Amino acid sequence: MSFFIDGNTGKWEVVLGLEVHAQIKSNSKLFSTASTEWGGDPNTQVELVDCGMPGALPVINEFCVNQAILTGLSINAQINEKSIFDRKNYFYPDLPQGYQISQFEYPIVGNGFLMIETEDGEKRIGITRLHLEQDAGKSIHDQDIKNTLIDLNRSGCALMEIVSEPDLRSPEEAALYVKKLRSILRCIGSCDGNMEKGNLRADVNVSVRKPDSEMGTRCEIKNVNSIKFIQQAIEYEARRQVELIENGKEIIQETRLFDPNKGETRSMRGKEESHDYRYFPDPDLPPLIISKEKIEELRKSLPELPDEKKSRFISEYNLTNYDAQVLTDDQYVSDFFEEVVKNRDPKLVVSWISVELFSFLKKNDIELSESKISPKKIANLLDFIISGKISNRQAKELFEPYLKSNLEAKDFIEKMGVEQVSDEGEIEGLINRVLQQNPKMVEDYKNGKDKLFGFFVGQVMKESKGKANPQIVNKILQDKLA
Amino acid sequence: MTDFSTIDITEAKKLLSQKKITATELTEFFIKQIEEKQDLNCFITKTFDTALKMAKRSDEKIQNGSDIGLLEGIPIGMKDLFCTDGVKTTAGSKILENFVPFYESTVSQNLWRNGAIMLGKTNMDEFAMGSANTTSFFGNVLNPIRSDDQKDLVPGGSSGGSASAVASGQCFAATGSDTGGSIRQPASFCGLVGLKPTYGRCSRFGMVAFASSLDQAGPITKTVSDAALMLQSMCSYDEKDSTSSKKLIPNFSDYKKFDLKGKKIGLPKEYIIDGLNEEIKKKFDHCVNVFRDCGAELIDISLPHTNYALPTYYIIAPAEASANLARYDGVRYGLRENSENLDDLYQITRASGFGDEVKRRLIIGTYVLSAGYYDAYYLKALKVRQLISNDFKYAFEKCDLILTPTTPNVAFPIGEKQSDPLEMYLNDVLTVPASLAGLPAISVSAGNNNKNLPIGMQIIGKPFEEISVLAAGSAIESSKEEK
Repeated sequence: MSFFIDGNTGKWEVVLGLEVHAQIKSNSKLFSTASTEWGGDPNTQVELVDCGMPGALPVINEFCVNQAILTGLSINAQINEKSIFDRKNYFYPDLPQGYQISQFEYPIVGNGFLMIETEDGEKRIGITRLHLEQDAGKSIHDQDIKNTLIDLNRSGCALMEIVSEPDLRSPEEAALYVKKLRSILRCIGSCDGNMEKGNLRADVNVSVRKPDSEMGTRCEIKNVNSIKFIQQAIEYEARRQVELIENGKEIIQETRLFDPNKGETRSMRGKEESHDYRYFPDPDLPPLIISKEKIEELRKSLPELPDEKKSRFISEYNLTNYDAQVLTDDQYVSDFFEEVVKNRDPKLVVSWISVELFSFLKKNDIELSESKISPKKIANLLDFIISGKISNRQAKELFEPYLKSNLEAKDFIEKMGVEQVSDEGEIEGLINRVLQQNPKMVEDYKNGKDKLFGFFVGQVMKESKGKANPQIVNKILQDKLA
Repeated sequence: MTDFSTIDITEAKKLLSQKKITATELTEFFIKQIEEKQDLNCFITKTFDTALKMAKRSDEKIQNGSDIGLLEGIPIGMKDLFCTDGVKTTAGSKILENFVPFYESTVSQNLWRNGAIMLGKTNMDEFAMGSANTTSFFGNVLNPIRSDDQKDLVPGGSSGGSASAVASGQCFAATGSDTGGSIRQPASFCGLVGLKPTYGRCSRFGMVAFASSLDQAGPITKTVSDAALMLQSMCSYDEKDSTSSKKLIPNFSDYKKFDLKGKKIGLPKEYIIDGLNEEIKKKFDHCVNVFRDCGAELIDISLPHTNYALPTYYIIAPAEASANLARYDGVRYGLRENSENLDDLYQITRASGFGDEVKRRLIIGTYVLSAGYYDAYYLKALKVRQLISNDFKYAFEKCDLILTPTTPNVAFPIGEKQSDPLEMYLNDVLTVPASLAGLPAISVSAGNNNKNLPIGMQIIGKPFEEISVLAAGSAIESSKEEK
């Protein structure tokens, strides 16, 4: 479904491009051996080059290079056999060298694309490039009355900047794009994709235009750190631009910030105030040369990517396109599903994960990966349904308290006293009692009042306090009344 | 006390191994020399206690006959550009006046591992930017050689403290660093041997950076034989420096077995220009004869882009420096001036911490990298640099070595060439091309002019062929002795 903003002068189309900064999952930094672990004491994970000591030199971390290549391959991109590291010069206290080592003219990864699943079907989103760069440290302004404090633990951590083409046309598409990219990054393990920890953040380029006309002037919204905020920022910014143009004003190309509290964007700096970064090739680092053999080797080591997984889920488990999409959006979820589905009916497993489990997670506003719910916990419960020890309906009623408890399925069901009675002898006893207590009804039934069958089932279930297995009750009752 | 100022490392090593002298005696001698010659201002920091401890350890090793390094017991000076663990390292700048590194440069580490003894850190032009050692925050260095009219002369730069210290017998040898001539030019002005190895031979780790694509460490010594020993002890492949070379390191002293007979020596016409100092031209001709006598073949060659080398250098080196020196911002270490806000912190600290020459080059470097100027200056300079490299490449298809004077003139009095920076920059006109091409080059004294001031000759070699460069240098050196 196309997204348009209705202005006073008609419909406006939104044109979006994203620059995603993804911190590479690596034990050490892009150019030093310092640890990248999150949450360490300030300035404890810092090597000479990370704090810009005199005579310190950067040495490329091969692992980070491999992660970037893998990422490039998984977004169908060209891997450049030769790329160059440049210095991006600017002064800031959390930038110890006085420049950031980045890639400018010759990035490691060139043109690629990924597919997103929109309501109108699949859409191809072009990716312009992916390049490697150092992260800066952190300036902390609220811990001291007079001073800004600097923590250099993050200084020099490896980032991939992934730049999309201006192919996105709605906040939803932007969200889908980030989600898809994140699921790919997580799948190949090149980035945790954790937006709260800041290891995935996006700069959003927004412009508006009348359909089929020239591109409008764009504004860049810096450092948006959640998918929800990305959507909100786009909505606000696009409307702001439409309003300006319709009031006869011009859009000024500038950098803006999104304020999540107010839900609005505001100007950070204009084009005139933009830095002259004076990029030039870093003489401390020779060109990065990647052999064809290495690229092929890495290509072979790629895990099953989300799109491939989705196709497999459809054919192997006979899932609908929708179910397969839902289950493969997130690497953790698809692994979870595959663990639970082992030797179990895929239909049953899908409905329990994508309906019951997901609505539980949504209600509690938590991600599956953070929920501490194990595949085994779900599998054990499903086994009680499959073996007929509890009914589907009983299981649904128990589901939420079960997930919140620390008990095993067996203990939980026992404790709640809901286990289904499937013992034929026991059920036969109940039936005999019911039939003895209602001789008149038995006679009426035998005389043709078929409808009374339901009455007997009901009585037996009542006797069993709802625990009797309905199928077995049916079967025995039929035999008895025949 | 015996006078050790007249012998070289090669001789001292012999005496040490014969146990005729001790490292401690040598060290005490040089400490005394340093104290007596303070007026030359060669050292920024003196490390006599450390030196005596190192000497004691060397003496024990020599006594036990075990684990004896190539320079065991040899006292040297360390240019104050090399970070030394626990010893102040200033790079000749106020901005690092009190900076004490907690790590050791690879070059100095290699030297200590080879048994060399550190007498102190030698004075230098601020951040190695200068050709007369007149830009140091710690004052000018004097050349121990005086002209007949008794004027104070510059020792050359930027490794002026190292050159003056060696020439005045305050140490056997010293380290230098050469970006555009900072080893060869002071060696030439002080009548010494200065060797700039191939770019990548010595690690740059822990060496305060001036222009990373040009900076290369090397020795300043009294003799060619010492230069080989020093380079052997300084260089290594270093995984901490991504531009360090993995090329096999030969035994540089094998230059003694290198025969110049039949080798082709190129004489570049662009270096022998009209107006070249007559006496320097005479020494150059003398060296041509020396090589002819060795059985070498002299051939005329052309390095057509030579004229562009100096402007190219003065774009590339300042551009790199403008980024390399951005880290001196008063935030983490070094000088920090009081200020009320961030911009002031940067501006006041850097205005006060850097000298005029450094500021000049930072401004040039920032300018040539700026949007709108990058293509016209920096990018064009990179292209010309490639042309200059190609000049050498083609020349070396015809010859094995190239002979040129080291400098267009001899040491000049302190105070001269100060008003016009361009005049000062012209000092490097003959040394800069080999730097841009990353080639090994040596300066060896070919004797003195009529005022008794030394004249240096430069030999440029093919990449990683320091041995042939040393051999040619040695031929010039012996011809001088014979005279």
